[in-house]
Amino acid sequence: MSAVLLPLLLGLPALGAAVLALPRLAPRAALAVAATTSGATLVVAAVVAARFDYGAGGRMQGVVDARWLPAIDVRFHLGVDGISLPLVLLTALLTVLCVLWTAGAPPTAGRVRQLLALVLLLQVGVLGTFLALDLVLFFLFFEVVLIPMYFLIAVWGGPARGPAAMKFILFTLLGSALMFVAFVVLYAATGTFDMVALAHAHGRGIGASTQLLAFVLLLIGFGIKSPLWPLHTWLPDAHTEAPTVGSVLLAGVLLKMGTYGLVRIALADAPDGARRAAPALAVLAVVGIVYAALACLAIARAGAGDLKRLIAFSSVGHMGFVLLGIATLTPVGVQGALIGNIAHGVITGLLFFLVGGVKERFHTSDMDEIGGGLLAKTPALGGLTLFAAIASLGLPGLAGFWGEMLAMLGAWSPAPSQSRPLFLVLMALAGLGTVLTAAYFLTMLRRVDFGVVTHPWRNVHVGDVVVADLVAWVPLVVLAVGIGLWPELVLGVSESAVRGLLG
Amino acid sequence: MTRWAWLLPALPAVAATVGLLAGRASTRRRPALVPAALSVAGMTAALGVALALLEVVESDPARVRESTASWTPIGGLALHVGTRVDGLAVVVAVMVCVVALLVQVYSIAYMAGDPRYSTYAAEISLFTAAMLVVVVASDLFELLIGWEVMGLCSYLLIGHYWHTDGARAAAVKAFITTRIGDTGFLFGIFALGLGAGTFDISGVLHAVPSGWYSASGVPPHFLSQPTLTAGALLLLAGVVGKSAQFPLHVWLPDAMAGPTPVSALIHAATMVAAGIYLVARLYPVFLAAPVALTLLGAIACLTMLGAALAALAEDDLKRVLAWSTVSQLAYMAAGLAVHGWTASIWHLLTHAAFKALLFLAAGSVLRAVGTNLMSEMGGLWRRMPVTFATALVGAGALAGIPPFAGVFSKDGILAAAQERGGALGSTVYVVGLVTVFVTAAYVTRLVVRTFLGSYRGRVAAGSVHESPWVMTTPLVLLAVAAVGLGAPLLPSAYGISRWLDAPAGTVGVHVGVGGVVISSVIALVAVAAVAAVHARRPDTDPLLVIGRVAVPLRRAFWVDELYAAAVVRPARTLAASVLRTDTRRVDGTVVSTGRAALLTGGGLRWLQNGNIQAYLSALVAGVLVVAISVSVAVTR
Repeated sequence: MSAVLLPLLLGLPALGAAVLALPRLAPRAALAVAATTSGATLVVAAVVAARFDYGAGGRMQGVVDARWLPAIDVRFHLGVDGISLPLVLLTALLTVLCVLWTAGAPPTAGRVRQLLALVLLLQVGVLGTFLALDLVLFFLFFEVVLIPMYFLIAVWGGPARGPAAMKFILFTLLGSALMFVAFVVLYAATGTFDMVALAHAHGRGIGASTQLLAFVLLLIGFGIKSPLWPLHTWLPDAHTEAPTVGSVLLAGVLLKMGTYGLVRIALADAPDGARRAAPALAVLAVVGIVYAALACLAIARAGAGDLKRLIAFSSVGHMGFVLLGIATLTPVGVQGALIGNIAHGVITGLLFFLVGGVKERFHTSDMDEIGGGLLAKTPALGGLTLFAAIASLGLPGLAGFWGEMLAMLGAWSPAPSQSRPLFLVLMALAGLGTVLTAAYFLTMLRRVDFGVVTHPWRNVHVGDVVVADLVAWVPLVVLAVGIGLWPELVLGVSESAVRGLLG
Repeated sequence: MTRWAWLLPALPAVAATVGLLAGRASTRRRPALVPAALSVAGMTAALGVALALLEVVESDPARVRESTASWTPIGGLALHVGTRVDGLAVVVAVMVCVVALLVQVYSIAYMAGDPRYSTYAAEISLFTAAMLVVVVASDLFELLIGWEVMGLCSYLLIGHYWHTDGARAAAVKAFITTRIGDTGFLFGIFALGLGAGTFDISGVLHAVPSGWYSASGVPPHFLSQPTLTAGALLLLAGVVGKSAQFPLHVWLPDAMAGPTPVSALIHAATMVAAGIYLVARLYPVFLAAPVALTLLGAIACLTMLGAALAALAEDDLKRVLAWSTVSQLAYMAAGLAVHGWTASIWHLLTHAAFKALLFLAAGSVLRAVGTNLMSEMGGLWRRMPVTFATALVGAGALAGIPPFAGVFSKDGILAAAQERGGALGSTVYVVGLVTVFVTAAYVTRLVVRTFLGSYRGRVAAGSVHESPWVMTTPLVLLAVAAVGLGAPLLPSAYGISRWLDAPAGTVGVHVGVGGVVISSVIALVAVAAVAAVHARRPDTDPLLVIGRVAVPLRRAFWVDELYAAAVVRPARTLAASVLRTDTRRVDGTVVSTGRAALLTGGGLRWLQNGNIQAYLSALVAGVLVVAISVSVAVTR
């Protein structure tokens, strides 16, 4: 694979963001610039996928490795393997869809140009995080993401956007700080920031207590992002207030940076620490699954329930399955985590788009104010909501199933270092979580999707989906079905990389 | 030919996909034409494939014909997707295709004028495709996909009339209740698949140590006894949920809120029978786990009698039939528990015919009188002669009166129970005979309340008339099947075993004259008793003779109320308190801890010395410059 491709993946959106920073650009021109650069980025990502050697998915490909800060051996080191490739593609795709959707539904707060600039800047950070092979570089890209997301919430957000954005930045900065300390700990023990070398060493040369320290720091740092219960409390607020594209990107790709980091860095570089901390991670993950499902059930039933808050909380549960998969320390579980990441990005991304569509039409995401009968009022929007909810509750045959199933399969026979009885109990509780998940999604559908159209909307015309909606949503529907029926699309790519990673 | 077995689910799936995407895009004058043609064509094509396969397996029923392809790796193990065709699969596939085709045809008239008919027809096609996936699947996860998509279609179709609160509630209840069982089912797949080192059904059966299926070569893995027992018990959870057995039976009576043709297809003939089919399909696993079979037998005995008693006291015609389905499925489950494999499958087929018939006849009645309640029917035989005559055939088959099919297949199960003997066999036999009495009683009550006596309905008697031929033709065809699947299949030369190869260790069908006479006499006594009560007071409910004893029956022994108090309400309370705690406690604690830690963490970050700090400060500053310039642009 040509070494030009990966820098191009970062350069194109960065260029787009720079052009959009020009003050005189009209909204239409800004949309054209954003669509072009994000579209070109997607094309480059597709080329990367086409040139990728799937027979050697465990090896870093398209590597760029340039001297950068020789004093401490920090290098501009990029590469892609079977673990990061699906995430890169997902990021490139979701960004394009967000840009296109913005074209059809410009934000009520205006400032389209600035919004798009931030989206592209965000993309640079996310893609950089997935491609970076140097801890310092990784850290920088990880930080780059925070700023645009902060502004997306703080400027284009809902009524309580100020505190939500502040909470988001505080939590994630805390996470980053701990993560950076962990990086320094790793550097102090090994003398390198090189992620390939660290992963290759599998923790050799790092003492047991140092590994545990590093792992725990990384667990908290990445756990805030993922989010891991009880560090999740920033997420419902951030999602509820964020604009639609902010929510889509937050759920679709930002959360994945946490689980990706956990797999790529914590699991690979401090395996001994992972073995000792895995039971705690597993317990917290499963508490998150059940807890989030119960909270969602309450939101779905309660008088004034907000749809965005419901879906945000559901993310805590879904990512709980991802974290449970990681905690099993088995190839099956980690594979489940990776496909769970992708599936959650696709399905929850779609759900947030749909809530955005609802909000645009009904000017509220409160379930009471929407009333019922979405299927009667707007059949296509209602039908898509039905599909996305069913996909999100993990129906076999759709993408969400594989992540949940493989996480639980991993828990059925966890790594030999782990206590099987503990994991069996956790698996059963996770199974209970899937039942509760079905319960709250179906309660939501019963309340919003089905039923009769209620008073304020009975005589008001509400338009159904338009072309821009379909352009943004249909690819996600296709992916949810495609990955569901043919999971090899993701699992086949990451299989060898995961086995290499677990050593 | 068996290489093409994948067409079986694929054809209805295509019809469903096209139907869903095309939506209501059809001609204005005949809006139902395109969806009706599409769904009937899809089912007819699938039936053609199924019949062709039937001919193939007849030549050698013992042979299992597989064709699989690589599906996906899952962390070390490889999954395969494909078809596994044997006599059992093909016989059930033919039944599914026949009933689905008749239901699709019947629906054209039954659902005429329904604004969502096109979605309805497509969902039935999708359901049929999913059921056929379950029937022919070669891999346990492939089977699970079909299993759950069936559940989804059931949910959607129960909720078809979603403007009514009853339909919405029933749909959710059906999905959640079966999902509880399906969680166990998934774990059962884990146990067997990981134990056997493969999720292929053939591979799992090969790994059953008794070796009935392991003639060819030594299997790489053998399933240990604990694994077998755990796997079989966990699978049973899914079976109990799907086939509406106690304690997960509560969803099926409520599911009658769906359109009646859906009840005939999904909630009588096919999906609810899938649980029974699954046990039959994986029978060697269950044979090797006697604990699971004994538990299945105990559940079946309880369900058989309890559901029949509930049917006796129900006033809603469809709910009577639903309880009856629960009870009849229990017969099949009991048959499997006592090793009466062939008899159970036979009963599955006869039940599909006569119960689909009864439901479609009920649909014909409901459409005519506009109510489900038998207290508002009566005297319909004169106005709906075809419906009455065919319903009588179905009723005879259900009640167990010769020459209709039900008595022979049911007697096959009872004979197997006698042959098995022991505590389990005798219990099944005795409970089975008692249930024969109750069944005949509720069937007779159903017939006299609906068709005999005088008309008590609200719709003007003059406007009640027979349904159109599109609806009565399926009734007649199913009535033929409800006779033809019985006695004519009895002699061993032309028996059901012509297509079925029973697993070793099971007993064949031994229907004797004695057994048939005993159960027929019991049934006829019940019929006579109810008829006598009816003759004395033609227009009151015969049930009134048992007085207050009917109360627990009418409330179905308060199981719903128990679950509401013990499960549903506590879960809701817990959910509400979690949400409260999250906003007040968890968030508060984390935020204050976070603030403190941020100070420390932030301090640490800037305490780094030397080059790192210098360079990083520069870089972070760079990032900040971007941020600030954007923020300036934004706020301008």
